[in-house]
Amino acid sequence: MLIKVRGSDAVRPSEITPESIYRERRRFMQAGLGLGLSVGGGLALTGLAAEEARAAYASHGRRPLAYTPRPDLAPDEELTDYKDVTSYNNFYEFGTDKYSPAKRAHTLRTEPWSVSVAGECEAGGRFALEDILRPHALEERIYRFRCVEGWSMVIPWVGIPLGAVLKRFRPTSKAKFVEFTTLYDPEQMPGQKRRVLDWPYVEGLRMDEAMHPLTILAVGLYGEVLPNQNGAPLRLVVPWKYGFKSIKSIVSIRFTEQQPLSSWERAIPSEYGFYSNVNPEVSHPRWSQRRERRIGQFFKIPTRKFNGYEEQVAHLYAGMDLKKYF
Amino acid sequence: MEGALHFNAYLRALLAARWCKPVLFVLCLLPLVQLVYGIVADTLGANPIEVFTRATGEWGLRLLLVTLLMTPLRRLTGLAQWIRLRRMLGLFAFFYVVVHFTSYLWLDQFFDWAEILADILKRPFITAGVVAFFMLLPLALTSSNAMMRRLGRNWKRLHRLAWLAPAVALLHFFWLVKADLLQPVLYTLLFVLLMLLRLPRRRSRPGAGRPA
Repeated sequence: MLIKVRGSDAVRPSEITPESIYRERRRFMQAGLGLGLSVGGGLALTGLAAEEARAAYASHGRRPLAYTPRPDLAPDEELTDYKDVTSYNNFYEFGTDKYSPAKRAHTLRTEPWSVSVAGECEAGGRFALEDILRPHALEERIYRFRCVEGWSMVIPWVGIPLGAVLKRFRPTSKAKFVEFTTLYDPEQMPGQKRRVLDWPYVEGLRMDEAMHPLTILAVGLYGEVLPNQNGAPLRLVVPWKYGFKSIKSIVSIRFTEQQPLSSWERAIPSEYGFYSNVNPEVSHPRWSQRRERRIGQFFKIPTRKFNGYEEQVAHLYAGMDLKKYF
Repeated sequence: MEGALHFNAYLRALLAARWCKPVLFVLCLLPLVQLVYGIVADTLGANPIEVFTRATGEWGLRLLLVTLLMTPLRRLTGLAQWIRLRRMLGLFAFFYVVVHFTSYLWLDQFFDWAEILADILKRPFITAGVVAFFMLLPLALTSSNAMMRRLGRNWKRLHRLAWLAPAVALLHFFWLVKADLLQPVLYTLLFVLLMLLRLPRRRSRPGAGRPA
């Protein structure tokens, strides 16, 4: 078994999530928009019925995890609804629209799962996921998540610091970068039957980015094992970079001397750079990055430099022209 | 042959029916009703505003293409009544484009005019969308019988913009897509087909002439 089962005294996801609060807010939002579009009260009542139906949706039915919360790292922001986190995201391996992964990712088999570790390191090899995770204590990290498309969420991940894992493979002095690869199996990942990207999906980090304490390998969210559509069983989370850097369903980790070529950079180099740090001052060639739509909220909010983690990570890029190294 | 004639007579009766236009009117409103219901009932998923904006834009494009289908249908069936539906379809296409544009101005930009202007000037896909809108605007404004009479021959010239606007709208679609071009490609194929179907024909072949 992959993960320890949570003790009865541990914090339940329902306790960290003030569900009633964001429900209330949503209801307010819908009422506001309904009025704005001059819709009668009849339809507004239907909206409330849908909310009640959602409230009945109680347990997610996934395996709970045992973890230590890290409130010191949590932003003072509302969590995004579990349902939204798990039903709206990009995972092109299961289709190119954001509703497809939740519908189609059930074909992914996450057990058994192994990860190959290779490249510039002394202790590489092929490891069962259990063996990679075993020495580490799971932590909950509540992070902002900002997609390059202009929407964002606040997600309670469960995972381990990537740096601690990487150290165990004893990277050599030649290891300047880490390259990650997603599973390639069109049978399990039907989106790979169409070549919208050059499969398998590849992402990379500079070594200091990978070792940064905010960077984690996630195995869960909302206190439970990752749903397939969110990148089960093992994904990267780099909260100060655009979401596509946080590669999902990882099967390979490789230490390299050369900067890896990530999938989106390969596809459209003028639009997606290797760094892809969240930056409101550097717009995407086709759209502005100054604001974002926080899922569940009506008004857009300003996007923050490094997604609000400037204090912790800006030093990694000291002296770099972030417009050039976008 | 017999069956085809029968079908044509049936079609003619359908198109001539008094309820034909009212029914079409209601049909054209259904997508909006569905979207508004979806927002209020919260069935549009995690990002309802995005769904609303995209769907109204797509319905604008679809209805533009349906409008362009009327002339080929007249040709194919020999029934002139199709043209009676064209104005309503065109106006509904414009209506959805207006809702789409408003949704961008309001729900996306919250009427931040400085930002909107920067967007229009700097982002080609926004520029294309706005250009398509301003191509359709004069068509909607001159859609009345009175304007038709007043403009005379120029009305027809002006309304050729209805052929150009979908092309610009398609460009708008292509430029906003991240990597998967399947949808805009399919719409473009439909558009090209519709344009081919209205090319001036050589003299009608014997036996394929108009039944009426």
